[in-house]
Amino acid sequence: MLRFWTLEAGPWTLNMNAAVAPARRPIQTPPIPDSPFPYHPGSLLSVDDLALDEVSRILERATALDREDPLQRARILAKRRVALLFYESSTRTRTSFELAAKSLGADTTLISSLSSSIEKGESLKDTGLTIKALGAETIILRHNSSGAPWLLEEATRLPILNAGDGMHEHPTQALLDLRTILAHFDPQSRSCHPELSKNRHPERSRSAAQNGEVEGSAFPIVHVTADTLAGVTVTIVGDIQHSRVARSNMRLLPRLGGRVVLCGPPQLLPEIATQTGPGVSIERDFEAALRQSTVVMMLRIQAERLAGLQLDLDEYQAGYQLTGERLREFAPRALVLHPGPIIRGLELTAGVADGPQSAIVEQVRHGVAIRMAVVERALGAIPQKDRL
Amino acid sequence: MTAILIRNGHLVDPAAGVDAKKDILLKNGRVAEIAGPGKGKQANGAQGEEWTVLDASGLIVAPGLVDMHVHLREPGQSYKETIATGTAAAAAGGFTAVAAMPNTNPVNDSPETTRWMQTPERGAAVRVFPIAAATRGSKGEALNDYAALKAAGAVAVTDDGLPILKDNVMREALAAAARAGLSVIQHAEDTRLTNGGCMNLGPTSFKLGLRGMPPEAESSLVERDIRLVADLRDSRAHLHVAHISTAAALAAVRQARRNGLRVTCEVTPHHFLLTEEHVGKYNTHAKMNPPLRSAADRDAMIEGILDGVVDAIATDHAPHAAHEKQVEFERAPNGMTGLETALGLCLRWLHQEWKLPLGRVLSLLSAQPAALLNLKGRGTLAVGSFADVVVFDPKAEWVFRARDSKSKSRNTPFDGWTMQGKVRWTISEGRIAYASE
Ligand SMILES: [Zn+2]
Repeated sequence: MLRFWTLEAGPWTLNMNAAVAPARRPIQTPPIPDSPFPYHPGSLLSVDDLALDEVSRILERATALDREDPLQRARILAKRRVALLFYESSTRTRTSFELAAKSLGADTTLISSLSSSIEKGESLKDTGLTIKALGAETIILRHNSSGAPWLLEEATRLPILNAGDGMHEHPTQALLDLRTILAHFDPQSRSCHPELSKNRHPERSRSAAQNGEVEGSAFPIVHVTADTLAGVTVTIVGDIQHSRVARSNMRLLPRLGGRVVLCGPPQLLPEIATQTGPGVSIERDFEAALRQSTVVMMLRIQAERLAGLQLDLDEYQAGYQLTGERLREFAPRALVLHPGPIIRGLELTAGVADGPQSAIVEQVRHGVAIRMAVVERALGAIPQKDRL
Repeated sequence: MTAILIRNGHLVDPAAGVDAKKDILLKNGRVAEIAGPGKGKQANGAQGEEWTVLDASGLIVAPGLVDMHVHLREPGQSYKETIATGTAAAAAGGFTAVAAMPNTNPVNDSPETTRWMQTPERGAAVRVFPIAAATRGSKGEALNDYAALKAAGAVAVTDDGLPILKDNVMREALAAAARAGLSVIQHAEDTRLTNGGCMNLGPTSFKLGLRGMPPEAESSLVERDIRLVADLRDSRAHLHVAHISTAAALAAVRQARRNGLRVTCEVTPHHFLLTEEHVGKYNTHAKMNPPLRSAADRDAMIEGILDGVVDAIATDHAPHAAHEKQVEFERAPNGMTGLETALGLCLRWLHQEWKLPLGRVLSLLSAQPAALLNLKGRGTLAVGSFADVVVFDPKAEWVFRARDSKSKSRNTPFDGWTMQGKVRWTISEGRIAYASE
C-alpha cells in the first residue's frame, strides 16, 4: 500500500507550535498477510473460497447426483463418516445435510448442544479434536459465533462445511439460492420465469437423462461465468445486519455479474453494507426496490429483535412486508425466495408464500442437491469429469 | 558492585543531546563517566576494580527503553505472565523500566499491592513502576488515596481496561491526581457505545459478521476528558490518553495541546502498523482493545508520530494463555504481547521506512515516557543517571519467533515479522539484565 501525506517535520519534544515546511513523501505500510485458509481443499468455509469453476463444478455435481439412481448414489460415500456439529437448533439445514450425506451412503452422527452431548464448558477446539479422534472425516458445523468454522478447521485440519456461522456466512444457502435462480433463468431475456420450474421438474429431467437426451438450455445452467447473471437484480429484504444468508449471497451473486439490492430500515441495514464489495447497493424504498427486482429474497424477521431495536412491528410490516398487492403491482414477474423458516403474515403473506411466484419449497429441494455435492467434495470423492 | 565499561559504541542520548562515539562507564548503578573513545579518566585510571568491559563497536548505546503501558498479570493471573517473566521479556526487548497496569486480581488499588509488586521476591529483571487504580476496584466510582499510592511507588493512576466514565468522577480524579503530582491515564472507551463489540466498526466488521466498536467511542471520551482538563486549567491536571487509536481522538489531543492543555498520548506499534484488515480470518491475536482501526486511522497514527503530537510509544503488552486465545473470536480476551517486538518494529518502520531520525525514535521509547511518568534519572544517560542502558546492533535484521519469547504467553500478530535492530545487552541499574547469545 502506497499513500501520501504531508509530513510536518516537527520537534520531538512536547512543543507543537513549531511549523516546519511540509514535505510530501510516499509511505509504505506493512502488507496484509495471505490467509492460510482453507487448510483443506474440501472445506467450504465461505463462498469467497470458491473460484467460479468450483461453483460450476458443485452445480454440475448437484445436478448429476440429483439425477443419479439412489442405489448407485448410495455407494459414492458408503460408510464414510460425517459428523454434524450443531450449536444452534436448525431443523431445516441439519436435516438437509443429513439426508444429503445419507443418500450418498455416508454414516452420519449428530452432536448437538441441545441434546447436551456437547460437554459443558468444553471448547470448540476440544470438541472438534474429540470428533476427529472418533473417526469423523468431515464436520458440518452450525455455530452461533461468526468465524467458528475457521477455528474448527485450524484445530482439526479436517474438511469443514460451514452450515451457518453467527451473522457471517451460510455458503450452501447461497449456492442453493443460486441453483434455484438458475433453474428459472432464461438467458435470452435475462429474466427469471417463475413458471419455468414446472417443466424443469427433476422427475422429468431424470427421465430425460436416462433416455440419454441432451437437455441443452432446458435444464438449469451449471456452468457459470462472471457474466452469467448480468442484468439480473436480486433484492434482499429485511434484517440484513444479522443475516448470514444475506452476506453469502452478497458475496457470491455479484461475482456472477448479478446486482444485489439491499432493502430494509437503517437499524437492520447499516450504510456500510454496500462497502463490502462491488455490485451491492441499498434501496430503502421497498416498492422502488421491487420494481428493479428479477428475484426477491425475503429474510426472516425476529419480532424480539425488532423490539430490541425499538422498531415498531406494524410500521415494519407497513414498509417491508411482501404482500400480494405489492408483488402484483411492482414485481409481477419476479421470483420470490426465502431461506426459511418463514413466518406467514410477518415478513410475507401466506398468499405470497404459496403463490405462483414463490420458489420457497423448491429451494429446499435444491438444498439437498447442493449439499450432496459439497459433502462429496469434502470427502474428495468427486469423480473425474469424464465419469459424468 | 561491578563496574561496566561500554567501549567504542555510538551513544545516542536525545535528552542530553548526544549523538557521537563515546565510552560510557557505569558504577554503583549509575552512569559514572562519558568520554570519547579511550579518553575516560576514571576508565583509564581505575586500579584493582572488578571490570566488565563490553565492546560496542558498530553498536548503538542508548538509554534503556521505558514502556509506560504493560500488563504483568501479577498478582492473580500468573498463568498468563509473572513479574519475573514479563520483565525478562522487557529486558530482551531493550526495556529497563516498565509501568505495570493495575487490572490485576485483585486490582492494584492499594499501597500494599503497589509495594508488593516492587519487592525483590517478584524477581523482576528490570524496574517495575506500578500504575495504581484511579478508583476503588477500578469500578469508576470512589477515588483511591493518590498521595498514599504515590508514596508507595505508584507513578500514575488509571482504571485501564475500563474507562472512568462518569464526568464527576473523572473531574475529581484529574484534580486529586494533580494535587498528588500524578497524571490520570485514561483508557478512552465509551462502553455505552462499544457494548458487545469485538473489533473496529466498519465494512470489515460488517463483512465478518462481528459486532463493531465505533471510533467515536474513543474520540468522544477523549473530547469529554479534554473539556474536563480545560475546566481544571489552574490545577495542573495532566490527562494522558492510553493507546490512542483513532484520527478523531488524535485531532482532539492536537487541538488541546495547541490550547496549552496538559494532554498527552501514547500509540502502540500495532496501532501504527496494523489495520482491521489484519484480523483476517478471525485471528484472535489481532483482537485487542482499542481494536485495530481503519487504514485512515492507522495513517493518522503514523502522521502523529512523525509530526510530534504523539508523546510516547507504549506496547500495551497484554499476555494471554494459548487456550484463552484459541476460541471463537468474540469470546477471546483482548490484547497481545509487545515487549520484544517494539524496538525492532520501530526501527524497521518508523526509522528505516518512514525516516524518523533515530534520536526521535529512541526518545519516544525512553526519554519521553520517562518524562511523562516523572521517572527521575531515567530515559537519559547523563552522568549521575541510573545505569539503565540498551546496546543494540542497528543494522541487524532478524525474524521474530513468538515461540522464542521470554514471555509466558505467545499471543502476538507479529510472529514471523522481520525486525530491524537486535538488542545485544540490556543493563538495568548497572546489572546486565539481558545479553544475546
Ligand atoms: Zn487499555
